[in-house]
Amino acid sequence: MIEFRAVTKCFDGGTVAVDELDLVAQDGEITVFVGPSGCGKTTSLRMVNRMIDPSSGVVAVDGQDVASRPAAELRRGIGYVIQQAGLFPHRSVLDNVATVPRLTGSTRRAARRRAAELLETVGLDPALADRYPAQLSGGQQQRVGVARALAADPPILLMDEPFSAVDPVVRDGLQDELLRLQDELDKTILFVTHDIDEAIRLGDAVAVLRVGGILAQYDPPQRLLAEPADDFVAEFVGKDRGYRGLSFVDSDALPVHDLPLVRLGDQPPCDGWLLAVDAGGRPRGWLEPDSGGGAVTEERLRAGGSLHRSGSPMRGALDAALSSPSGLGVVVDDGGAVVGAVVAEEVLAALRERRPGAA
Amino acid sequence: MLGGIGLYLSSPTNREKVLGLLGEHVYLAILPLLIGLAVALPLGALARRGALLRTGTVQASSVLYTVPSLALFVVMPGILGTSITSPANVVVSLAVYTTALLVRPVVDALDAVPGHVVAAAIAMGYRPARRFVAVELPLAVPVLAAGVRVASVSNISLVSVGALIGIGGLGELFTEGFQLRYPAPIVIGILLTLVLALVVDLLLVGLRRLATPWAHAGVGS
Amino acid sequence: MILVEALGWLVDPANWQGPDGLLVRLGEHLWFTVRVVLIAAVIAVPLGLWVGHSGRGGVTLVGAANAMRALPTLGLVTFLFLLSPSTPVLVTIAGLVVLAVPPILAGAYAGVQSVDGRVTDAAIGMGMTGWQRLWQAEVPGSLPLLVGGVRNAALQVVATVTVAAYVGVGGLGEPLLVGLAINEYPQVAAVALVTAVLAVAVDTVLAVVQRLVVPNGLRLAASAAGAT
Repeated sequence: MIEFRAVTKCFDGGTVAVDELDLVAQDGEITVFVGPSGCGKTTSLRMVNRMIDPSSGVVAVDGQDVASRPAAELRRGIGYVIQQAGLFPHRSVLDNVATVPRLTGSTRRAARRRAAELLETVGLDPALADRYPAQLSGGQQQRVGVARALAADPPILLMDEPFSAVDPVVRDGLQDELLRLQDELDKTILFVTHDIDEAIRLGDAVAVLRVGGILAQYDPPQRLLAEPADDFVAEFVGKDRGYRGLSFVDSDALPVHDLPLVRLGDQPPCDGWLLAVDAGGRPRGWLEPDSGGGAVTEERLRAGGSLHRSGSPMRGALDAALSSPSGLGVVVDDGGAVVGAVVAEEVLAALRERRPGAA
Repeated sequence: MLGGIGLYLSSPTNREKVLGLLGEHVYLAILPLLIGLAVALPLGALARRGALLRTGTVQASSVLYTVPSLALFVVMPGILGTSITSPANVVVSLAVYTTALLVRPVVDALDAVPGHVVAAAIAMGYRPARRFVAVELPLAVPVLAAGVRVASVSNISLVSVGALIGIGGLGELFTEGFQLRYPAPIVIGILLTLVLALVVDLLLVGLRRLATPWAHAGVGS
Repeated sequence: MILVEALGWLVDPANWQGPDGLLVRLGEHLWFTVRVVLIAAVIAVPLGLWVGHSGRGGVTLVGAANAMRALPTLGLVTFLFLLSPSTPVLVTIAGLVVLAVPPILAGAYAGVQSVDGRVTDAAIGMGMTGWQRLWQAEVPGSLPLLVGGVRNAALQVVATVTVAAYVGVGGLGEPLLVGLAINEYPQVAAVALVTAVLAVAVDTVLAVVQRLVVPNGLRLAASAAGAT
């Protein structure tokens, strides 16, 4: 448990970076600090491992004031991941990951063995172990950064915009990976970002900070979307917050309809929209109504919309329906085979049902 | 010209003398280089502690470097209390130059270490001394090496000025040739100085490569 | 006390006046410096600018400049003197030009190289010819480092004219070497002090010049970059 008790930080020159912050980050959760630049999110993070000392107030880990512990020793027990990973360019990937175990007195051999395990944990090819950081892609470097932070098996991880320097596709992958790791490792994670989407996706709890280091709202993400505390939060959360909120609504109650299918290479059985599937039942594209007879080939198909995986949140269901040329959102199972279809009107109806006071 | 050189070197006494002077030249140039580096490293690290310290140190070193070498050589006995013909005058003077020349590269080299790497090292629990040796110093080597190469060429060339006060390594071949109105020793002295500068430079380049294997590992697929 | 005796030597007007006096020597010293730096600049500035502009031969140029730096001036001047004993002033200037060329060359080359690649790109994109690009974009941008190179060269020359006095061409080296020869240590220390003061003064003047020639926009950009 990480506690901020009335923490204030003024820098030389009088800038107030953090103003009377009161907040508790629970064990085993990802707590995200989000806000525009100048909101003190990084400063708050750095006060946990004493990279910055507060001007007043107390930062406590498991009830103990961090100021009461020697800084270097404290830091060795807290993992830290930053933008661009902060890897040591002069050390191999393996030796980077082995850094903290070496600092805490492990033998070189033990530290490297531990490092090799960790590379696997974060999904890196062991063949990369002897490379230097400059020889890795941005996404790979970031994974090494995470592995290095985990090396001493610290109960706490501090992550300062770790994924902001990589491209959106890689960032998606890294976010998934972090959630998967967290399922496995159950760390207490403080995560700083300026990206509200990232905050909502990763956070068990999200702290929205405003310029001057004032805590505007501290809530679970669905609550943040549904009930922004004030105009600043509403603005910051953005225009799509109603839509984003669907990420937290389950789609179990949504009716799934049968869908007219045609296998590639077969004759279309009827007119009207038909979903073409391959031999494994996976969707390939849509055949438009009245497009004539003859065997269905890839060339005759229109690209499909996004797919809604059965059991995933309502957001995917609505998007599948809205992006499908036929208006029928395709639902697939975990193997990617077509299960059926959803329609947008029923998504809206299902949402209406959930409202308090609905009949 | 070549004949003159051959003739000069055909005398065993001359050969022995040239070798002796070459050895003295190496000693007079390299020892100050090492001393200067050893002084400039902590000085440069200290200079980064504050804006005032930084400008003060860098400007003081550039003024120091402005003092002409011959002037420093001849004033040194007055400061050190040594005799005017003591090699210590040249060694200390060149050490002062090397320090003056290297303070700025040391500051620049340490500045060039990426901030996020230093932040990561602090966050992982490095204490300052170990961080300096294990993280900042190795990463400073490429920029630093360029400064050390300049200082080595400068020292090797300046040693010969010492010949005017009687301690000049290969420079003594210049005064000898001038007094005897005989070009051969002068040409030998110039050529050996050039070769020495080149060899030391190559050695420094080799040392830098050894110290920075990470800087030229190819970008793998 | 050496320093006191040296100062005593300095305050004696007899040592400043006359055909062998310090004033004459100082004049000779500066006159050598001016000629050498001008000649070296005429050689090195166009060469350095051109190589930096065309991007061809940069490695060769830097290598050659570094090799020239290693040439010991005392050796060069004594050697040239023996080749042509009747023209001591000319050979001294030649030897010192070899000393002054590398820093100016390096400064001009590095100056052009330091011009932001986006600026030259934009200049090409606007349709400037090679010459227009050189004069309107690269030369103004390279001035700080170029003048820095000249300053460095002047400093080396001021210091080394003293050494060249060995072949008997005057300058402040003359009374210094005479003092050494006759074991007149206060005189040696006094002249050494004067050369040091002269070097610092020349460097200071050129530092001011260096500030003045930097285009305003560049100075603003540099201080803006320094402030963040």
